[in-house]
Amino acid sequence: MSAKDPSRGLLVSPIKNGTVIDHITAGEALNVLRILGITGSTRECLSIATNVESKRMRKKDIVKIENRELRTEEVDRIALLAPQAKINIIRNYKVVEKKGVEIPEVIRGVVRCPNPGCITNTDEPVESTFEVLDKGLHCLYCDWLIKDDIANHII
Amino acid sequence: MSFATAMARLGGQSISVDSVEASSIVKGETLADTIRVVSGYADAIVLRHPKEGAARLASEFATVPVINAGDGAGQHPSQTLLDLYTIRQSMPVDGIDVGLLGDLRYGRTAHSLALALSLYGVTLHTIAPVGLEMPANIALELRERGMEVVEHPNVEEAIRELDVLYVTRIQRERFPDSASYYNVASSYRITTDLLDGVKERLMILHPLPRAGEIDPAVDRTPYARYFEQARNGVPIRMALLHEVMK
Ligand SMILES: Nc1ncnc2c1ncn2[C@@H]1O[C@H](COP(=O)(O)OP(=O)(O)O)[C@@H](O)[C@H]1O
Ligand SMILES: [Mg+2]
Ligand SMILES: [Zn+2]
Repeated sequence: MSAKDPSRGLLVSPIKNGTVIDHITAGEALNVLRILGITGSTRECLSIATNVESKRMRKKDIVKIENRELRTEEVDRIALLAPQAKINIIRNYKVVEKKGVEIPEVIRGVVRCPNPGCITNTDEPVESTFEVLDKGLHCLYCDWLIKDDIANHII
Repeated sequence: MSFATAMARLGGQSISVDSVEASSIVKGETLADTIRVVSGYADAIVLRHPKEGAARLASEFATVPVINAGDGAGQHPSQTLLDLYTIRQSMPVDGIDVGLLGDLRYGRTAHSLALALSLYGVTLHTIAPVGLEMPANIALELRERGMEVVEHPNVEEAIRELDVLYVTRIQRERFPDSASYYNVASSYRITTDLLDGVKERLMILHPLPRAGEIDPAVDRTPYARYFEQARNGVPIRMALLHEVMK
């Protein structure tokens, strides 16, 4: 069990090994899964809680993935949608590692360029590539700028 | 193409896409493959392609330098160099007033020129039909670089303030029908009566070919500088080719 008393808090049953993504911006849990490439056909055992009460954030989402430890490169893209998210690695019911998410400098192959004329939207052997700027995501091929609604452009 | 002329004047040879196709590169091949193959034939690649970002992609697959000669509605940097050179021959670029007229949305020459002019403290005057205004990301970029950008509803309002009027093509295919194209195109046409009271040093430029945007009567005025501009394409492209291959 978690170091704390699990009776007060755990909305879903505890997992033995895996990853808990906590403090996700309320309502973004499904988009977080999409940006991780975890879709409906996944084989992972998942639990998702949305809009749960949180002291720190008022409301938050939580995702728990059993038997899979997410790597840093995988989780950093979460910061695009949920900058306050915390990644907890669980082993034998205990949180053994806890880390925040850092906005990556460049994201590849995660977001589709909205410009239909962009070379990344063709059969060319190339992944979409965006640099992450304060003003949005900047396509490094066609210079398109995605200012908001990043979730809508996830591949 | 002025790049082929430039290469010939440098004493080199160029292979055009047609001859590349004839020598076995099949249609439907990716640009990436074409570039890898042509890299083995040439010392530099000059690429014009209908997709934005094509030249950047090509540069990743090429083993020789790639020059972007126009990527879709993206950029046209070698045109910009010759535009700047043409202006510079007549006046310092710093602090002048430049008007961009026409299709500023899809017009790649306008995009590249505007971004380049933002390095010179130029005030930019944009005059574009509804729906063909400068793309939001470029307009934002220009303002972030501190450029003053003034939008005008018509040429008359802006022309007396300008040192340079840069006219670009308005293409038929951007409009649903010929009538709406004709309407818009004729109201953005440069005629001699518009030139009353303009600055003496006004230069009218156009990347050419034109499609009726400038009345041929304007050619005989001292403001018409577009053929001189076109001529400058050769030495500029010679310099570029030399620079990447020396
Ligand atoms: N074995 C487990 N199974 C499922 N979820 C767990 C487990 N252990 C901890 N958690 C969840 O992981 C998150 C982080 O846990 P913890 O570090 O104990 O708390 P906090 O970060 O709130 O101080 C919390 O949402 C908690 O409910
Ligand atoms: Mg907590
Ligand atoms: Zn793009």
